[in-house]
Amino acid sequence: MQTRFSYGGDEHIFAEVAESMSLQAFFKGLFVTNAVRDARIKGVTEICPANASYQVKFDPDQIKPDDLLAELKQLDSASETSAPVIKTRIIEIPVLYNDPWTHETLMRFRERHQDPNGTDLEYAARINGLNGVDAFIKAHSSAPWFVSMVGFVAGLPFLYQMVERQRQIQAPKYLRPRTDTPKLTVGHGGCFSCIYSVRGAGGYQMFGITPMPIYDPNQKISYLRDFMCLFKPGDIVKWKPIDRPAYDAAVADVDAGRFSPIIRDVSFSLTEFNNDIDAYNRKLEGVLHGN
Amino acid sequence: MAIKVLKPGLATTVQDLGRPGYYHIGIPLSGGMDRHALTAANLLVGNEEGAAVLEAVFMGPELEFTDDALVAITGAELPPKLDGEPRETWTSFKVKRGQKLSFDFLKQGARGYIAIAGGIDVPLVLGSRSTYALGALGGFKGRKLEAGDELPIGRAGAAVKDGRTVAKDLRGLPAAMPTELRVMPGLYWHRISETAGVGFFGDTWKVAPEADRIGYRFRGGKPLEFVPREPPFGAGSDPSNITDACYPYGSIQVPGGTEPIVLHRDAVSGGGYFMVGTVIAADMDLIGQLQPNTSVKFVKVGMDEALAARKSRAELLGKLRSALA
Repeated sequence: MQTRFSYGGDEHIFAEVAESMSLQAFFKGLFVTNAVRDARIKGVTEICPANASYQVKFDPDQIKPDDLLAELKQLDSASETSAPVIKTRIIEIPVLYNDPWTHETLMRFRERHQDPNGTDLEYAARINGLNGVDAFIKAHSSAPWFVSMVGFVAGLPFLYQMVERQRQIQAPKYLRPRTDTPKLTVGHGGCFSCIYSVRGAGGYQMFGITPMPIYDPNQKISYLRDFMCLFKPGDIVKWKPIDRPAYDAAVADVDAGRFSPIIRDVSFSLTEFNNDIDAYNRKLEGVLHGN
Repeated sequence: MAIKVLKPGLATTVQDLGRPGYYHIGIPLSGGMDRHALTAANLLVGNEEGAAVLEAVFMGPELEFTDDALVAITGAELPPKLDGEPRETWTSFKVKRGQKLSFDFLKQGARGYIAIAGGIDVPLVLGSRSTYALGALGGFKGRKLEAGDELPIGRAGAAVKDGRTVAKDLRGLPAAMPTELRVMPGLYWHRISETAGVGFFGDTWKVAPEADRIGYRFRGGKPLEFVPREPPFGAGSDPSNITDACYPYGSIQVPGGTEPIVLHRDAVSGGGYFMVGTVIAADMDLIGQLQPNTSVKFVKVGMDEALAARKSRAELLGKLRSALA
């Protein structure tokens, strides 16, 4: 992988690790951005890892753009030799698939959709060659996902499923973006799922909703007291399909301040993962449930 | 001391010089769209340069003061009135307890900055008092002002005289129209054809009505033609799609190749549209003062010109500081 560098005006360096998405490209970006952070380069003000790219914002009054570019190129080539192992977390996220709120919203914006006569779930199942909504939910929730980028709006995770490329779910975005998406909608566009952290515009297909807040600017929610955004790039997410009573109970728990998500520390090796994906994912799930 | 909001204006928010350091999790810089005008307003009333002020868009608010205060309005030509009596912009003036500050119709520019000695004393959130409305974060309750809000005002520092004014040549506003925005081509520039590249800089664009703190959309130029390709995995099938990546501030994305959008202080931090380049930092303040329908030409520059423009912008700020020292 040869990283392509470009200046984003006089304050940013943009680096495209690869044009297409892969865990290898994501890991390289994560390693380089960690190395940039550790190098504490004078004048660097923001370090933003993304799916298969990264960006560094800097103050050209403190460091010459060409000097920073040279330094980034060096860190970028050095990262090729790093072992792709990270210490991270695995987080279980309950999801009510096929929920009434995203259903109401998708019906409201039906004329902007590829398949105005179906639902987003039915459409996604069909174009991915899966036999119906239940088979789709199983494919979506049975293997874990990587948080490969956090952004767009505050705390929104982009998630990339940890399966072989041919098993990855793909779906186009809406023909025209919606002006409304319920908060905590689980969406999907291209090869990425996401959780909408706030209510607002969106273009991803809508599959369900989680009762678990992932962003709290007031930091009242117990697990968001330390920081208002739950996710960091490199986190691993496992969806847990739940039914309506379980959803309602979780919402009540959140409101009463007693909801506690399952979050476990875990280390992840890309090499071991690639050797046997299903076995490795089972091992990760074991960590999640304390095995 | 506090200020009562009688009428909120169109979209009035509390802003300072912004909240760096959290872009990697989707929390943008925020802060005044026109940082030069915001700084000038603060200096006029004796505040720190980055104290929190009100940013009013197109239409001013109506405010009632519960105590005596020193006030200055800068940025857009949004003429202030005190109990109905006209006051000058870019000039500090006294307000007495119980007086009402309102505004006449906008004459020029888009965003006015209202500084009050002592600054708007909302809590710091992640190091800044700026409002990031999309994330319901910072400012006054994370949102634009509403009638009935009471804004706390901090204690004013050393008293400065009223009637101080900023000379026209230190205001940092565009000298001529159509406005030129200097752009460094790059990012995904290679995705469009050579003809499209020439057209982008040759065409005259107009600010679309969809122009806010997140981004400014432009219309009226020719649609961009793309270099043919196989869509890379993860990018989506439209030729304007990319594997979702970070968006620089000032970057120009062109969804579908039709209408360029320049991202601004409340930028979405990333997404799946390609970008042709980036407006240089020195011209970002200017964008915040563009009204819808303003004609704009994008002008191609390189890093050296961007840095020279940056330097001259910094010199302007230096002169402003000396003038108000």
